[in-house]
Amino acid sequence: MTLVSLDGVSKSYGGVPALAPISMEFPAQRVVVLIGPSGCGKSTLLRMIVGLVAPDTGRITIGGEALTKENAARLRHGIGYVIQEGGLFPHLTAEENVALLPRFLRREGSWIASRLAELAELAQLPAASLKRYPRDLSGGQRQRVGIMRALMLDPPLLLLDEPLGALDPITRYELQGELKRIFAALGKTVVLVTHDMHEAAYFADDIVLMREGRVVQRGSAADLLERPAEPFVRDFLRAQRAGLPPT
Amino acid sequence: MTPDETTAMQQHPSRVTSHESRLCWTLALLLLAPALVWAQGTLSVGSKRFTESYVLGEIITQTAAKAGTAQVVHQQGLGNTAILHAALKAGAIHVYPEYTGTIAFELLGLKRVPPLAELNRMLANDGLAVGVPLGFANSYALAMVATQAASLGIGRLSDLARHPQLRLGLSQEFLNRKDGWEALKAAYAMPFSPRGLDHGLAYEALAAGQLDVIDVYSTDAKIERYKLTVLQDDRSFFPAYDAVLFYRLDVPARFGATWEAVKGLEGRITARNMIAMNAAAELDRTPFAQVAAGFVVPQDPGSPLAGKPRQPSFLEVLLAPDLGRLTAEHLLLVFVSLALSVAVGMPLGIWAERAPRARGAILGAAGILQTVPALALLAFLIAAFDRIGTLPAIAALFLYGLLPIVRNTQSGLADIAPALREASLVLGLPPAARLRLIELPLASRSILAGIKTSAVINVGTATIAAFIGAGGYGERIVAGLAVNDHAMLLAGAIPAAAMALILQWGFDGLDRWLVPAGLQEK
Repeated sequence: MTLVSLDGVSKSYGGVPALAPISMEFPAQRVVVLIGPSGCGKSTLLRMIVGLVAPDTGRITIGGEALTKENAARLRHGIGYVIQEGGLFPHLTAEENVALLPRFLRREGSWIASRLAELAELAQLPAASLKRYPRDLSGGQRQRVGIMRALMLDPPLLLLDEPLGALDPITRYELQGELKRIFAALGKTVVLVTHDMHEAAYFADDIVLMREGRVVQRGSAADLLERPAEPFVRDFLRAQRAGLPPT
Repeated sequence: MTPDETTAMQQHPSRVTSHESRLCWTLALLLLAPALVWAQGTLSVGSKRFTESYVLGEIITQTAAKAGTAQVVHQQGLGNTAILHAALKAGAIHVYPEYTGTIAFELLGLKRVPPLAELNRMLANDGLAVGVPLGFANSYALAMVATQAASLGIGRLSDLARHPQLRLGLSQEFLNRKDGWEALKAAYAMPFSPRGLDHGLAYEALAAGQLDVIDVYSTDAKIERYKLTVLQDDRSFFPAYDAVLFYRLDVPARFGATWEAVKGLEGRITARNMIAMNAAAELDRTPFAQVAAGFVVPQDPGSPLAGKPRQPSFLEVLLAPDLGRLTAEHLLLVFVSLALSVAVGMPLGIWAERAPRARGAILGAAGILQTVPALALLAFLIAAFDRIGTLPAIAALFLYGLLPIVRNTQSGLADIAPALREASLVLGLPPAARLRLIELPLASRSILAGIKTSAVINVGTATIAAFIGAGGYGERIVAGLAVNDHAMLLAGAIPAAAMALILQWGFDGLDRWLVPAGLQEK
């Protein structure tokens, strides 16, 4: 079953193409990772799915419904979106950030409280941190709160734009493990953007390698490694491995 | 004389006096308080912002009150000719003392001063009239020390030509104007080459024997003090500035007996009387009301009112009983106008941020408003509201207060990090909720800073409200400026500065309370 499908979407900025017409499907409950060098269009693609960027051509369908300006707000309630550093609102505590949308939607207080507790446990965030403002949290904690906020309404679709990009290596390693566990436990449809091949291989059921607004190859990590579609695939993987001790 | 020049002449810096006693302020309080709740049956007398006008305003007021048939209030020191004229047309005041020259040149734009009947024909369209010539003129004139004039046999301007050895000292303004010295010289064939000097120094220079002839206003207070002779303008060179009453045409009918009493002032005040009264107010610091009372009800030499008032200390002036009322009026002006500025400025700022095409127009208009001179804005608003007092003053302050709030709201919203803007968008919040829950709180620091700027500026600007009878600390500043009384001026300026400081601290406290804790600086 397909949750999200892109049908010939393209985008250019001031005549410079950022995304060639792309058609792509994101099957339900699978983790798809978009990867590629800077400027390859992977973030643009992700932002299109959540309606932050309107495609010049083509059509985006989410859960069988075409995304339009009018239904974007409603469809977004079914999408969890996580960016670097969590994108938390600095004037709200962690808890207020997470509960912002359900409170606006007038969900019951008891439901919100139990959902908060549940997610704090899932994201392994200490209860005391929930009362803190974002500036008083560590980078890792901020990202956990960002993930909790994205998951609050239990959306079927989770979009993550370089979620671990701003973290130190140790925190990053920890959080990678937890994210993977969360994806597996909740059975979400996940689209994750990264530029790190190890991270991609770690999370992905499917990797989409992009370059200059085009999809170069889609497949498992093993596919990319063993059956590169173009020399660029091999170059990209090799560049990612550089700096590591030979195995 | 051009209109601007006549204004400059009428509001000459040498008109110095004081009226700082408690008695005066108690009287002022009694007279001004009803002005705030002006009723139909009340005759409202205005006056301009210089000694002679204050004194004449008091004389009219007391004369009208003595008739006993109507309530009379005196709205003192309302500002310049434009404001008084607007207030008169609007019916906010009914009568005030004016000069024929000012009406002809400044208000009607004429090149000469026609007879009263002709002036009245021109004013009738506006429902106004001039009349009741008081008996003196306050014209431009030349003067010299009386003893010297007598010994040389000089009484008229034409006599001067026979004494080329005389040293003339003229104000720069008179010297440099084309209808000033050069025209006068030609009219009287004067053989002099005068020196230019500051008018404030002219009397002293004359008294010290460094000069023989200076230019004066014919009812200057110092004429008597320095024992000067005002030379007769025997070739009618200077235009007539006859003191008259400027009033609404409906006044005689509405205030029959009271107006009859006021009409009794016709021809009653001689130039000598006026000089003496100006001197009493300006040089002896007798309160205006008391000077006027001495004219309206002649006093026994033994009565307590006849003596010179005791000089009050600065602290007494500062803490005079009107302090509470002035503070309340000032706070009312500042906070009501501030509330309006916030209520209108924030939506405008939001609009400016949302609509880039409207932004330039909105910010530009708010900016231009700030550059409009206060007196011009007040005169315009008096005409627009058809009244003087608190309402147009608040409107002016409201307009002046808009820019900081509009600009800071717009820039505060514009400065929100794009990532946060997107984060609120992808949550699926509708625009109104994004504004209320995310954007305004994030911009709160900037918006509050704008409101604080607006409030602090307002405290200062509110002092101009006194020009149009809206009270506040400006009453003391205006009175102090008009009569060159530094103590009175400071007694208004210091509380205003203190209020600005307290407001500033108050807003810093409000900052901690209103700006979300997560945005506070640590």
